[in-house]
Amino acid sequence: MNINATLFGQAITFAILVWFTMKFVWPPIMKAMQERAQRIADGLAAADEGRRKFTQAEQLFQEKLTEGKQQSAVILAQAHKRGDEMIEEAKSTARVEGGRIIEAARHEIAREREQVREQLKQQVAALALAGAEQILMREVDRKSHDDLLGKIGSSL
Amino acid sequence: MATETGPTSSEYIVHHLTNNVVGEGFWSLHIDTLVVSIVLGAVVFGLMYSVARKVTAGVPGPAQNFIEMLFDMVDSQVKVVFHGKNDLIAPLAMTIFVWVFTMNAMDILPIDVLPWVLSWFGIHYFKSVPTTDPNLTFAMSLSVFCLMIYYNFKVKGVGGFAHEAMSAPFGIKLAPVNLLFRIIEDIAKPLSLALRLFGNMYAGEMVFILIALLPFYVQWMLGAPWAIFHILIITLQAYIFMMLTIVYLSMSHESH
Repeated sequence: MNINATLFGQAITFAILVWFTMKFVWPPIMKAMQERAQRIADGLAAADEGRRKFTQAEQLFQEKLTEGKQQSAVILAQAHKRGDEMIEEAKSTARVEGGRIIEAARHEIAREREQVREQLKQQVAALALAGAEQILMREVDRKSHDDLLGKIGSSL
Repeated sequence: MATETGPTSSEYIVHHLTNNVVGEGFWSLHIDTLVVSIVLGAVVFGLMYSVARKVTAGVPGPAQNFIEMLFDMVDSQVKVVFHGKNDLIAPLAMTIFVWVFTMNAMDILPIDVLPWVLSWFGIHYFKSVPTTDPNLTFAMSLSVFCLMIYYNFKVKGVGGFAHEAMSAPFGIKLAPVNLLFRIIEDIAKPLSLALRLFGNMYAGEMVFILIALLPFYVQWMLGAPWAIFHILIITLQAYIFMMLTIVYLSMSHESH
């Protein structure tokens, strides 16, 4: 063990190395490591936030979906009801219209029958008159028998 | 390596334990210790600097990853032991660990390689492990000791430090005893720090030299286990030096 001036040389070297590390090596690497730690922490926080937001969105989506389903069910029910109503309305309108047509047809028939009967009466009267003329083989005084003919006619 | 024309065993051992000295008496320098420690320091800290320049907070490359692992280890140790605010201690601990580790690691090189290569260039004495030179270990431990004294005065003030030295641990009534204890305690710190590292590495180197004296066909049986075991010693000694430095400096920051 011989201690000599090497000790001072080594002490100076040591001091320089410590100074160098303290000045140029330690701070940038430490800073980068802390920065990365911060970044990772931020990233984890962001991931948590994202997960939370996703859950929220999912919940909102479910709510909207339920709401939409309910609304569509209501609309569908309304449409069904409206359709039934329209059918009912159309049915009743048709019934009324049909009744009216039938009624009108009856009237028409009755009127035509009356007309035909009138014509028939006259024709029968004329026929009866012509028959009587033929039977009597002579000219009948129309004027003296009009009353009688009229009676026959009206009793037909 | 004791060849028929070569040195005897004791000459071989002494040769390997002799530094390359320049100068006479106290004002001489161990060129081998200085050169190896400075070159290793320049290479390793240069590498760390090159990583520090391109450092990114994003995904780190392999070199950055490795250095960050080291930083994390040192930083967490400092945080566990030292509770004050001091920008020096963590880089200091880092420097000690890395530098001591690389210098110790020179022990893993086969002990004859560097002296053999250098003998081509006319350099005949070369101790390749700087930490087997007490000059280096004492230089580091005395630097730490100076820092301890400095922080004792800075943090506690002259009065506070004097009061602590006088009154702990037995109270102010036994001031001379306390002071004596304190002096012994404080002197023991750098001494143990330096001698522990020196002793361990010197003994390890010694064992390697003795193994190298064996016939070449049995060397591996002892050399390989010792080298593997030495990997542990190398790391452990660097770690102990670093940890004790942190502990001593944190002690000088805290009052008893």
